[in-house]
Amino acid sequence: MIQIENVTKVFKPGAENEVTALNNVSFTIENGDIFGIIGMSGAGKSTLLRCLSMLEKPTSGRILQDGVDLASLRGKALLKAHRKTGVVFQGYNLLMQKTVRQNIAFPLKLAHAPKEQVAARTDELLQLVGLQDKADVYPAQLSGGQRQRVAIARALATSPEVLLCDEPTSALDSLTTKQMLALLQDINTKLGVTIVIITHEINVVRAICNKVAVIDAAKFAESGRTDEIFDSPKSSITRLLLGTEGGQKHA
Amino acid sequence: MLETILGLKDVLIEGTIDTLYMVTVSTLFAYLIGLPLGVLLFTTARGGIHENTTVNRVLGWVVNIGRSIPFIILIVALIPFTRLVIGKAIGATAAIVPLVIGSAPFVARLVEQSLEEVDPGVVEAAKCMGADRFHIIVHVLLGESVPSLIRGFSITAITLIGYSAMAGAVGAGGLGDIAIRYGYHRYQTDVMLFTLVLMIAIVCIIQFIFGFAANRIDKKNRA
Ligand SMILES: Nc1ncnc2c1ncn2[C@@H]1O[C@H](COP(=O)(O)OP(=O)(O)O)[C@@H](O)[C@H]1O
Ligand SMILES: [Mg+2]
Repeated sequence: MIQIENVTKVFKPGAENEVTALNNVSFTIENGDIFGIIGMSGAGKSTLLRCLSMLEKPTSGRILQDGVDLASLRGKALLKAHRKTGVVFQGYNLLMQKTVRQNIAFPLKLAHAPKEQVAARTDELLQLVGLQDKADVYPAQLSGGQRQRVAIARALATSPEVLLCDEPTSALDSLTTKQMLALLQDINTKLGVTIVIITHEINVVRAICNKVAVIDAAKFAESGRTDEIFDSPKSSITRLLLGTEGGQKHA
Repeated sequence: MLETILGLKDVLIEGTIDTLYMVTVSTLFAYLIGLPLGVLLFTTARGGIHENTTVNRVLGWVVNIGRSIPFIILIVALIPFTRLVIGKAIGATAAIVPLVIGSAPFVARLVEQSLEEVDPGVVEAAKCMGADRFHIIVHVLLGESVPSLIRGFSITAITLIGYSAMAGAVGAGGLGDIAIRYGYHRYQTDVMLFTLVLMIAIVCIIQFIFGFAANRIDKKNRA
């Protein structure tokens, strides 16, 4: 369970160009959820993901994962916590000088897993994401969707409990998007991994998220079961995203 | 002309060997010092994995000062130190001391530049996979910039050919020494030109070998 409690993130506090990227955001992600975090561009979604992935610390408030305050972790405990949460970045962030197989094996090597175990697990993950035939190819030779799959396999290597995905479909065409969502659904069902998807696309949430939180200009708007929120949106931003308010549609 | 050159065959061979010796050994030692310095320059910078503005600023100054001292002055200024380390201040081995000290700051900047080309997102991804700083430096920063580091290595070696020629002027031996002794002091322009051709050939060979290796290793732009 991930509890986001009154999280505020201010960049360059006190400076002239101070930015409040998150303003007192609170909601809870349960184990096993496919949780959508939706909001318009610049709403603070990526910042929230960076706090969840321990790359940034909230300026105030806290994030508890299984009761542990993420900002309190140091040294070995922090490395361990990192391994419990897989992250798929918007730009994939693959190691360009390493093959697909080496990329997927990298987190296992960092964890000093024995060689045979690394090989076996890597094969398993290649199969899961359907890239067995690309194992010895370099990322530069792959399409966007394939790179995304490598990033997912790599994020899953250390068998994390949570998978955080930043805009996993925004760079993909509609068919690849469908396949990507099916893969994430599969990972959630088969491996029992909690999945958090950051997106600005309402269709992505509708397709696979059982729960959703809506962020509006750094502030929390509402959260709950996707069907309930979409059936009876309480906030105007949700209606706007759903396209049911004044017929407007924003990207 | 051919006769003169053939007559000086032994001198030219020895000069070539001396130049290659000075350049190889000083390039290696320059990296021994410059590579860690470059890594430190990069990692202590703002937002770096070892962010430390004081260390970064001090290092930056040391490197900048090191790079702005004219090499010929460095050779002379380092004579007492060279004597201390090598036991003498003249000859190819002695020249290695100023060559290393003169080029290490240059190497540090080249390495820093190579590391700056690495996508910061990849460093973040590595953090999220549970990589500690050592892993990040070795596998991500250095690992991802190997082609660029190789290109820098070749630039350094080529720069050191020029430096070693200057060192030749103060008795270090090598091709630069020959060019000055025969071409300048004895007006044997043909010998001077020939040594020049030899040096150009060495530069081209280094450029070719390392350029080829770097392109071969680089997987980033391979479609
Ligand atoms: N490191 C940073 N420094 C300063 N401002 C930032 C930084 N990261 C994000 N921001 C700002 O915070 C706001 C939210 O950004 P982000 O979380 O990337 O939004 P989203 O992912 O929802 O599009 C934006 O105004 C952005 O410019
Ligand atoms: Mg974003």
